Amino acid sequence: MASLIGFYSLVFGLFFSFLIILFSIKNLRNTNVFNNNLISLTFLQFLFVIISFFGLVISFINSDFSNATVFNHSHTTIPLFYKISGTWGNHEGSLLLWLVVLTLFIFLFLLKSKNQTKQYRILTLLFQQIIIIGFFIFIIKTSNPFDYIFPVPNEGLGLNPILQDPALAIHPPILYLGYVGSSIIFSSTLAATSTNYISKEWAKHIKQWILISWIFLTLGILLGSIWAYYELGWGGFWFWDPVENVSLMPWLALTTLFHCILVLEKRLALTSWIVILSISTFTLSMSGTFLVRSGILNSVHTFANDPDRGLFILIFLFCLIFLSLFVFLFFFKAKNENTYNFFWLSKETSILINNWFMMYFLTVVLVGTVYPIFLEVITSEKISVGPPFYNKLIIPFLVPFLFAMAIGPKLKWIKSDLKNKFNLLFFLIISFFISALIVKKFNVNFLVNTILMTSVFYLFFSTLRDFFISKLKNLAQNVAHFGFSLLILSILLNNIFSSEIIANLKVGDTYETEKFKISFENIKQKKEQNFEVIIGKFNIEFLNGDVETLRPELRIYNQPNIVTSEADIKTNLLKDSFITMNLVQNQNYFNIRYQIKPFMIWIWLSVLLISFGGLKSLFKKKYEN
Amino acid sequence: MYGKKVKLRFFFVLLILFILILSVFLILKSLEENVVYFQSPTEIKTLSEIDKKKIRVGGMVKTNSVSVNEKEVKFIITDLKNEINVTYSGAIPNLFSEGKGVVAEGYLKDKNFFLATKILAKHDENYMPPEVKAALEEK
Repeated sequence: MASLIGFYSLVFGLFFSFLIILFSIKNLRNTNVFNNNLISLTFLQFLFVIISFFGLVISFINSDFSNATVFNHSHTTIPLFYKISGTWGNHEGSLLLWLVVLTLFIFLFLLKSKNQTKQYRILTLLFQQIIIIGFFIFIIKTSNPFDYIFPVPNEGLGLNPILQDPALAIHPPILYLGYVGSSIIFSSTLAATSTNYISKEWAKHIKQWILISWIFLTLGILLGSIWAYYELGWGGFWFWDPVENVSLMPWLALTTLFHCILVLEKRLALTSWIVILSISTFTLSMSGTFLVRSGILNSVHTFANDPDRGLFILIFLFCLIFLSLFVFLFFFKAKNENTYNFFWLSKETSILINNWFMMYFLTVVLVGTVYPIFLEVITSEKISVGPPFYNKLIIPFLVPFLFAMAIGPKLKWIKSDLKNKFNLLFFLIISFFISALIVKKFNVNFLVNTILMTSVFYLFFSTLRDFFISKLKNLAQNVAHFGFSLLILSILLNNIFSSEIIANLKVGDTYETEKFKISFENIKQKKEQNFEVIIGKFNIEFLNGDVETLRPELRIYNQPNIVTSEADIKTNLLKDSFITMNLVQNQNYFNIRYQIKPFMIWIWLSVLLISFGGLKSLFKKKYEN
Repeated sequence: MYGKKVKLRFFFVLLILFILILSVFLILKSLEENVVYFQSPTEIKTLSEIDKKKIRVGGMVKTNSVSVNEKEVKFIITDLKNEINVTYSGAIPNLFSEGKGVVAEGYLKDKNFFLATKILAKHDENYMPPEVKAALEEK
């Protein structure tokens, strides 16, 4: 029943798209004032999509296996929370979530843009409806979440156990708010281009939307990263896996766009660049969806390998790119060209430098992600591009990037000189000595690490100083940049000082190293709602007498019959102790991995700080110099 | 002859061009060095010489071939035509088991022995690395 209502309200939602387009065009031609009925219509469309979405949620809650999506991704014994999160833990449901966010955003946009011109608002609505229609057709034609199965099965196939996790339950909605938020930026840019409205006022208005999707995208990536850290059992937080890369690319584009918008807001410059960036941000979000959904990249996000779906997204993507290029080439009118002459030492130049670096990073990630795909198509050779590629290409360029990030915000618009040269130099020397001391003490690759750490500490100290001196004048920027320095610093220290041991142990065995002794005390078995669990007990004795007890788990799920390991992590401000165990088939040995990961908590906290910076900026009334 | 502005612009364009070429060169160069090639046991058998570079070997874990001691795990990867012995000391992913697909990353000792440094995690029980699928289908 819920499925039936869900399906029909989906069809109604599509019907409303056409209604909206009809009314918009009428409104565009006839009157001078915006027809407020359009807002009601978009609200109704959103309502129908959300009803459809809840129809699917209810089918999941009731374990209604006459619905193919529920049958494929649920089971009666799954806890209620994961039944609900299972709704978007699959291809069909997550696309429905895309649509919910798409319609929600355009509704909010119309509410929030009351003092904009009629033409601009209607055109934004029209462009957004084109995207919405594309998704409606995609869902109804190739991935209907309400397909009916007859005869009705008694039991479902179950949800992939590694998706049964709190962080992953909220990761998709948050990430989607970021991804799909960029659709509004896309539509609004196209509308502003065709009405010749790319201006300071537009910049002020669209900045809010850029910030919103940027914050959600940042948080979404953070959640995915935290999940990978404790659930996949590798103890890492970023693997340069293609699916991670496709979320990083729109983030890089969005961050660049945000910095550019500041220039537009102040100086009415870089207009064409901003249009290109807005288009590419959304295009990157879409291609990300295409790459992971088409089965070209294999990962936990590949819910089903259906070539039709991939083809559809690809065609849709090309249509959108074509449309946006058409609008850009034929409607874009460059504003006053004089403003393009930037003085070399000014805030806008430093933002331009930021842009160059960001574009470079984006290119590296893009090449690393798609090169293997192209190579396989062309030469049928199968390769993979691993972390060394990214490290080698990104780390050297981080150094000047970090320096620019420290100095840039101190400069003034238009023309500036460096005040406090003494301070700048002083911080440089201090940072260098601290880094040299740290690196020297631990006997790692001296040159590279010292230089990198110096630049990180430089940004760290100068943002810290600004924080206390500038009396919170530019808190948002300050916090975000400080967060970034903290992030790179924690990652760096984490990389240098992480240590791990891997051993195969039987119950009762001990394993000794120079610094600690691990003893495998015992195992216990327990039965939970939809899995059986083996809990190991490990005592770790350190040389200084500290004793830690860790209890990693092995979970054997009933449906699908999969074993997963749950890491046990003891976190404190300085380090994480991280242990996983795994049973080797038909053997008495457990494969134990014990890791000491310093400053893990700071990696998460610094990303939170960065997004807090964005949040602060969102609620700031006006941007100060 | 030319105004100062024109000269400045010329240098600017030159600088951008230079940076562009440099970054493209850097990217391509590192790609060449850091790419890991995938090979099946059969392909390894037909190698004319043993490469010192890191490679990936994929196939199925042969039934009854896994043996474990305190330090390492030994098993055989097969593509049902040829086999290769693998020695590995490191973390074993959950889904590593006999009769299932596996990808090991590491170095060849010779055509019959492979020293793995990493066994790749896979995300669900039906998942077969695309390389393995292709290797298994080829036969």
